[in-house]
Amino acid sequence: MKILNKYFLVLVMALISSPVLAGDLLMVRTQQSFPEAMLALQTSVKEHGYEVTRVQRIDIGLTGMGYKTDKYRVVFVGKPSEIQYLINKYPVLAAYMPPQISIFAEHGETVLVTANPLIYAEMIDEEADKVLFRRWESDVYSVFDDVRDADE
Amino acid sequence: MKTFVLLFFLSLSLSAYSAPHGDELFARHCSACHGKDGKGGVGVPIALASFLDSVSNEYLKKTIRHGRPGRIMPAFENLSDAQVGAIVIHIRSWSDKPVPKEDTTVIKGNVANGKKVFAGHCAQCHGEEGVGGIGTGVTFSRKRDLPIIAPALNNAGFLAAASDVMLRDTITLGREGTPMTSMLVAGLSEKDIDDVVSYVRSFEKSAAELKQTLNKNDNEPPVIVMQSPYGLEETVENLKQAITDQNFTLIRTDYLEHGLVPEGSENKKQVVLHFCNFGFLFQALSLDPRVGMFLPCRITVIEKDGKVQISTINPKRLSKLFNNHELDSYCDEMYEVYNTLLEDATL
Ligand code: HEC
Ligand code: HEC
Repeated sequence: MKILNKYFLVLVMALISSPVLAGDLLMVRTQQSFPEAMLALQTSVKEHGYEVTRVQRIDIGLTGMGYKTDKYRVVFVGKPSEIQYLINKYPVLAAYMPPQISIFAEHGETVLVTANPLIYAEMIDEEADKVLFRRWESDVYSVFDDVRDADE
Repeated sequence: MKTFVLLFFLSLSLSAYSAPHGDELFARHCSACHGKDGKGGVGVPIALASFLDSVSNEYLKKTIRHGRPGRIMPAFENLSDAQVGAIVIHIRSWSDKPVPKEDTTVIKGNVANGKKVFAGHCAQCHGEEGVGGIGTGVTFSRKRDLPIIAPALNNAGFLAAASDVMLRDTITLGREGTPMTSMLVAGLSEKDIDDVVSYVRSFEKSAAELKQTLNKNDNEPPVIVMQSPYGLEETVENLKQAITDQNFTLIRTDYLEHGLVPEGSENKKQVVLHFCNFGFLFQALSLDPRVGMFLPCRITVIEKDGKVQISTINPKRLSKLFNNHELDSYCDEMYEVYNTLLEDATL
């Protein structure tokens, strides 16, 4: 029975998750101004059940040191319980947790970039936990779709 | 019940298979760079009549599959054929002219003469030996109204996609609306053009070599990890010292769980140091702002089962994500920095 369940899960995963979509980097560009895009991002992140755990202002440090730059933030996103679980179980993932989304202004538009969460799956060996990253991947796609759709 | 669930998922995924939407796929995978309407951004514009009317669907499909190694354009190896096909159909909706058929006739020109022609008429834009202009397309952080940067011709992805006839047509006709003008009008003879086609084709060997160098980091582990012989606190102090010694600015030291759990209840055995070298950061961001994703630099120190482990991301593995050859030397440099810091702190 257990075995059956496992196969069932694998089969379902194979069907739902494939075709695995390409690109180790996920990106979206929006016509929205930086603050609008930031708001759209944070709203969608919360709607998907994740939390913004920190916003790091990269531009402030740069400007402070005399480098002229446009708005640039790194947003840390995750579900606390999942992040804690992963770091405790796989210290090797710590360097990447919580996952980061960078958001920067570019000529009146705003660009968002993040690593495809599937790259974390290669760092661990338990199939059952890899499922988590597939969900993250599909959620990032969905969050990025929301940010893009906010254009219309 | 099980069978029902299974069937449900089966039908769900089958329908996803059978009807990929080209517009949605383009929006998701291409528009961040090429623009929502394909009019450009990062990378060359696609929705350009002079481009679409001179290349076959095979050229587009192969370009999507192979990407342009080292030139930002990713290789979309995991899309299904149906999805690639749907994207191409979407791209075709930007032109109502007939689609050119792929013609794989081999053109046999004189490579030595082609090389001379190239040096005289092409290298000023496409770079010595066709390595491409510095930056790509209308790169990140470049003004939109600046001229499009000439693509790399000495590139395995481009050469795999382009047939000799496509090369000849592009060189002969140019691409109206871009800096690439008709070389026939510019005064080259048809023979010169054939010769330069053969010269461009002769890049295949060096392009394959470059692709291989780029792939060498594929097997890099995603993290650099070292065990510390010291206790957690001492390791953190050592790292702070090493960071300052290496001329980096320590931004702050936190518990890794900061922001994840209520203040005060963080796991005290998981620490993260944030630091930066603003000059270096600025240079890297100017080249490719996407690298900010892994900034500021972070080192995590974790004590588990009495062992103290230090880890960082591996910039070499990540350079692959960006597929930007111009960034690789920065990633290599960061790799050295991280290694030195970790070694200094665990000495
Ligand atoms: C991360 C940015 C990026 C993404 C995403 C991207 N491209 Fe590109 N693309 C580029 C760049 C940059 C070039 C030019 C390479 C050069 O200058 O050497 C390019 C070149 C091309 C070309 C060649 C055009 C010509 O004039 O020959 C085509 C076609 C193309 N891309 C299609 C696509 C499609 C379709 C997608 C989505 C499936 C896509 N690209 C996704 C950056 C990107
Ligand atoms: C003034 C600068 C300039 C010169 C000179 C020039 N090119 Fe180009 N070339 C470009 C640009 C810019 C593009 C990209 C056009 C576009 O956006 O579609 C291009 C595109 C091309 C392409 C298509 C590449 C692709 O990815 O689709 C080929 C092939 C090419 N050039 C060959 C040549 C050859 C051969 C010569 C010399 C005989 C030459 N070019 C001279 C600027 C130049």
